[in-house]
Formats: sequence, structure tokens, C-alpha cells
Amino acid sequence: MKKKKKYEKIVFQSEKEVPMMPMSVGSMLFNKTGAWRNIRPVIDLENCIQCGICWKFCPDVAIYIENEYPVVDYEYCKGCGLCAEECPTKCIAMVEEEK
Amino acid sequence: MRKVIMGNHALSYGAMLGRSQVIAAYPITPQTQVVELLSEMCADGTLDAKFIKVESEHSAMAACLGASLAGARTFTATSSQGLTLMHELLHWASGGRLPVVMGNINRAMAPGWSIWSDQNDSLSQRDTGWMQFYCGSNQEVLDTVIQAFKVSEALHIPSMVILDAFSLSHTYEVVDVPDQDKVDEFLPPYKPRIRITPEEPHAFGGLTGPEHYFELRYKLQKEMEKAPALIEKTGKEYEKFFGRYLGLVEDHRCGDAELILITSGTMGNTAKVAVDMLREEGMKVGNLRIKVFRPFPFETVRKILKGARKVAVVDRNISYGYHGIFYQEVKSALYGQDSNLPLFGFIAGLGGRDITPETFREIVQYTKEKDRPEEEIVWIGVKR
Amino acid sequence: MSKETKEKAKKMKLSLPEEELMNSGHLACQGCGATLAMRFVLKALGQKTVLCIPACCWSVIDGPFPYSCLDVPIFHCAFETAASSASGVKAGLEMVGDTETTVVAWAGDGGTFDIGIQALSGTAERNDDILYICYDNEAYMNTGIQRSSATPYGAWTTTTPVKHFKNRPKKDMVAIMAAHSIPYVATASIGYPEDLFRKAKKAKDIKGTRFLHIYAPCPSGWKTRPEDTVKLSRMVVQNAIFPLYEIENGEKYTLNIKLREKKPVDDYLRIQGRFRHLSDEEIEYIQGEVDKKWGKLLKQCGAN
Repeated sequence: MKKKKKYEKIVFQSEKEVPMMPMSVGSMLFNKTGAWRNIRPVIDLENCIQCGICWKFCPDVAIYIENEYPVVDYEYCKGCGLCAEECPTKCIAMVEEEK
Repeated sequence: MRKVIMGNHALSYGAMLGRSQVIAAYPITPQTQVVELLSEMCADGTLDAKFIKVESEHSAMAACLGASLAGARTFTATSSQGLTLMHELLHWASGGRLPVVMGNINRAMAPGWSIWSDQNDSLSQRDTGWMQFYCGSNQEVLDTVIQAFKVSEALHIPSMVILDAFSLSHTYEVVDVPDQDKVDEFLPPYKPRIRITPEEPHAFGGLTGPEHYFELRYKLQKEMEKAPALIEKTGKEYEKFFGRYLGLVEDHRCGDAELILITSGTMGNTAKVAVDMLREEGMKVGNLRIKVFRPFPFETVRKILKGARKVAVVDRNISYGYHGIFYQEVKSALYGQDSNLPLFGFIAGLGGRDITPETFREIVQYTKEKDRPEEEIVWIGVKR
Repeated sequence: MSKETKEKAKKMKLSLPEEELMNSGHLACQGCGATLAMRFVLKALGQKTVLCIPACCWSVIDGPFPYSCLDVPIFHCAFETAASSASGVKAGLEMVGDTETTVVAWAGDGGTFDIGIQALSGTAERNDDILYICYDNEAYMNTGIQRSSATPYGAWTTTTPVKHFKNRPKKDMVAIMAAHSIPYVATASIGYPEDLFRKAKKAKDIKGTRFLHIYAPCPSGWKTRPEDTVKLSRMVVQNAIFPLYEIENGEKYTLNIKLREKKPVDDYLRIQGRFRHLSDEEIEYIQGEVDKKWGKLLKQCGAN
């Protein structure tokens, strides 16, 4: 199950809200990098052998495991294609995003 | 307990009594004795600290920043080439709001290689956001280090405690070394407002766009503006504990003086001797020795100069293309004031050229004789 | 999925812990090797870790102030200071009572081989208790693909254009680190995540300076397809350009991935835009150099 971590866009209204030195106070999860992609991975679960390789090689942590199967998190997937390339049964297709 | 110690060792004692926890330093003449004594103190257990024997001054400051960010009280010492090698990281210390305390022995910048007294090294770091304290005696050095820890940690702004090469660093003077217990009472352990720890993970010092940088720097300046008052308050507190008050400046007979010398460091003490000598001869002179250069004590300087008829600033440094740096700051302080006070700017003693009471006689003579300085920069002691 | 598929679903056995200390939303390019390196290493080191990251791609990947994409604290330190900052952080943490947290210097090849080498050498010579990890994308990628001393012979970069391609060999950083008599030095590749995980875990529990050199492809800088990143990371081991081995205490060499059949460098070079300009003679030269180095390494590993 994908754990839900908290995130929000942060806006400082005045210098009083800004920390003393630049330090992070929020998560990059607010940044939905799914908007970057032109192609998206589509996993054919019928042919998935549950090896976990696609989950392992995602640089964006955009594949999580749910009910023993990989699921793509399209909010963050950048469409790099590593999952499709590494899948041993080639059950992941890279499909053009509809405009 | 009264001891006869050299200026460098006064720094070491200050760092030890201040219970520094991490020291990272690289040797450079004439600072070596500072770190050698601290090394000994760490080795024999007098000081419970980690001494990182780094391979350069740049790494020394980098290690201090890391240790300070981890929440430890940090100290280092350097001089001239070493200080300027750290330059990039001096900005990091102030912008990162890390209260590192550093001793700097004022030594001339190369080329040619010079190990003698000159203020260009520390003054060229004027804009890095560090507080700067110019000491006139070994006692002052020790007292300043301890107070610097307190002020720096309250404001989260780093401090430089500065002393002249050889005339202070290697000169032995009687120093009243306070008891550790009393220092502990005066200076409690460092409680950082923020620190790096996995218990509360933050990314420190990351990419900062135009939409945020300005506020961060505004905050640093605002804190720095609190420093003069805090330094005076801390000084009064220190006086209660140890009987000595430092303050922002030393006013020696300026009250009724017509001609006021403005000096810093050990030549400021030489100026005192000269003032007393000239007073004997009937001249109404006084000496204003500036102890805290950053933040510059504009209010105090203006107040003390109010009654004067002429002011002579003596710089043991120069900002090429303009003038000595104390001169520039004093000139700024006097801008817009009622009196059109004649300001004479002297440059003397670069590269360790000796400054004696006779030097001050010459300076006072020149200033007395002329209504206004004939040259922008009056060079004293240069073979022309 | 069909009911059948759901029923035959077995329990998934992942070769690495499922917990993530790196989050999505970061600013890395598509197919970035450096992010996979971080992801795998953090799984091995756990949350009680502090990273000192000098100027490099990861200074940007992590995200701007006031955000971060990692669940461990980071000190974004000055460029040359990865090792010295880490030494300082470690000393500071110990003095405030934390002797457990792993202090890691996480730097690119620029901050390790070039501008950061002095501080790294100092730290290693003192055997300061830090884990130094270099993720190597073989050029100054963050500033726009300029050559570093880690850039391999023959590569195009913006400062080694095709007419003046990089004609010096890659600096042997691993040998330099081994010469410092530190307890642990190892190479790793994101194409072999389990090996990388094992090495990071092993390094975590050793005291003293540990150095990990991780191969991490950069599609943007190497002009390769983003989806080839992992494939390249396997090929580079299989053709012995980047063999996987460990050196303990400066003398015990262990080869981790033995090659029954060493692949030719040719296939690896030809799928990278940065090598596209190489002639057959130049590729032959590269093959010769790789063979020589491989022979030498086999001897060093065989001696044990």
C-alpha cells in the first residue's frame, strides 16, 4: 500500500515566517512531475510475473506495490521508460500521452 | 589566576575556557602557538574537544561549519593567507547563521611573503557578515573570545577575534585567567536554534531562488543591528563576573580633546602612550581605539567625536583605489552631521613597519598644522 | 486484472527493502542514474543518516528551498568540502552525544576527483569516521556537461568537443583511495542494485573512512536513451570498463562479479551519443586499455 506522506506548496507571507537560514520545511511531493511526460507506461498485469524489477528501477519512486502487483503513480511518473525496458516479460508498454 | 602568557595562548585559553567542542585548524605563522596549545589541551584532557587536524584552512572552516551545524561549539584560528583561503566559507558561516568563533592574527597579504602585522587580511573580509573585534592586549583577547561565544550564539552570527602579528600574538603580558567554574556560569552550553539531526530532517542551505534569498539576508542584517547593544550588555555582565568591561571602543582622554586620533589594535595602545606624552607637552589630544569594527559603532563614534575640532584616523591597511578602511567607516559615520569636521586619513605600518609614539607625534603635528589634509591619503613612514 | 490473475498472485518477494527514504517529485532528468544510486543507498543506510552534499546534480535534484525530497537531513555544503564538511559534522554529532548516526559525504565525480580531492585525501589520511560516496556520471553534469578527470577517454563533453575529445584516461580514484590505507573501498553500479545495497550496508558498519564509487549514467550528458540507464550500468561491468570489486585495508582485493565471458566495449560505446564520433581505431585503442586494466585487476584479486 502506498503510504500517504504530507505535502503542500509553501508560500511565505513575510520575513518573519522565513527560517533563519535556508532549510527545508516541506516535501517535494507537492511537485507533480507526471506533467513532464510524453509517454506513459501501461502494465499488463495478466503477463506480470511479479518480479519487482519495474518497482526497483524507477528513479522517481513512481511505481509502488499494491496487492502484490506493481502500480504506476501517474502523478509523478516522468515517462523515462526504464520499467518497460527492464521488464523481463516485456509486459509494460510505453503509450503516447493523449494531448 | 594571573599568568604571563602570549597573545596566541590567550586565544587558546579563551577557547578552552569557553569549552569549545570541535576545533579544526591548520597552522600558519604567526598563529601556530594557538593550535599547538589547544592540541596539547585536547590531548591531556584539559579540554574535552575533538581537534581535527585538517589539511588546509578551507577544510578547517568547512569542518567547523559542519560541526557547528551539528550543534557543537566550534573554534578555529588562522591568519592572512589562511583567512583569505577560507573566504568563500566565511560567507557560508554568516549566511548559514553558524556561531563559529575564530581567532585571526593580522598578518600582511602576499606577495611578497610577509609574516608581520597588517590589517588587510581581516578587513578585506569586512563584507562577509562576521562580527569583528580588534584587540589591544592579551587580556582583551581572552576576554573577547569568551564574550564572542556568548554574543555569537545569541545572534547566530560568527565572530572574528583579531590580534596583531608579533606585537600581540607573540608578546607576553600578564593576563588574569578566569576560573572555569565562573566562566561556565557566565557562558552556558551552546543551545542551537536549529541543528542537523535525523530526528528532525531538514535540508540546509539548498537552492534558493530570488523569491526567498532577499528575506534571508534581510534577517541577517537585522540580527547584526542588534549586536552593538548586545555586545555592551554582555560586556556589563562580564564585568560583574570578572571585573573587566570591554565595550565597543576605548575612549582615552577624548572628553576635552581638540584633536582625536582614531586607531585600532596594538597601535591603539601605542597611541595612548603618545597621547599621554603629548598631553604633557600641552596638546589637547585624545585617542579613540575602536574595538568592535563590525558592526561598526556609528552612534558611539559620533558621540565621542562631537566635541573635537579635528580627527585623525590611522589605518594599518588600505583599500586600493580609495583609502584606509577605518577612515572610510569614520567618514561614513560623520556624514550628515552638523559640524564640518576636518577628517585626516593616515596610512602607516603596512607589512609590519613599526608604529611608535614618534609616529603619532608626526601624525598629530601634521594634523595640527593644516586646516585640511593636503592629500587624500597621508602616508606616514613611506620612503618617498 | 482478471480474477484468474488475481487468484494466482503470489506474495511478491522484493530483493531490496520496500521502505523508501527518497520521495517522488524531485527534479532529476528522466532516467537519471544518480537518483537510483541514492534510492538504493538510502535503503541500505536507513533513516539515521546525515548527508553532506556539495555542489552537484543532487544539490538541484533534492529540490529548492524550502523543500526536500529526502527523509534524511542534508547539509548542502560548499563544492570542495564534501569530505571536510562530513568530518566536521561527524565530530560535532559525537560531541553532542550522537555516535550512531551515519555521516555520509555524497558527491559527484567533480566534487570527488577534482575540486574535492584535497579535502577527501585529508579526511581519508586521518581516517575520519565517514562514508564517502561518489556517484559518477563522468562529467560536470550540473553545470552543463563539462569534462572532469572522471570523463573516460574518447568522450565528448562541452569542453572536449569532438575535434578535441577527452584524450586522457579516467583518473583511477579507487587506486588513489586504496593508497590511503583506509578500511574499505569499493566500486558499485546501479545495474547491480543488490551488490550496491550489500556494499552500502557493509560499509555502514565499518569505522573509519569508507569510499564507495558508484557508476551512475546520465542520459542528458551521455546522449543516451533514458530507458538505457540500467542496461548501460550492466554492460559497463560485463565489458570490464567498470569492474565491481572491493579493497579492504588497502590490500585485500575481492572481485565481486566474475566475468565468464568479457563482452567487447564496442556495443557499449556505440549506443552512447558522446562516443558516436569514435573511429574503429580509437575504439580498438579503448578495448586495449580496458584489457590491460582488467588483466592487472585480475592479478590483484587473484593474489588473494
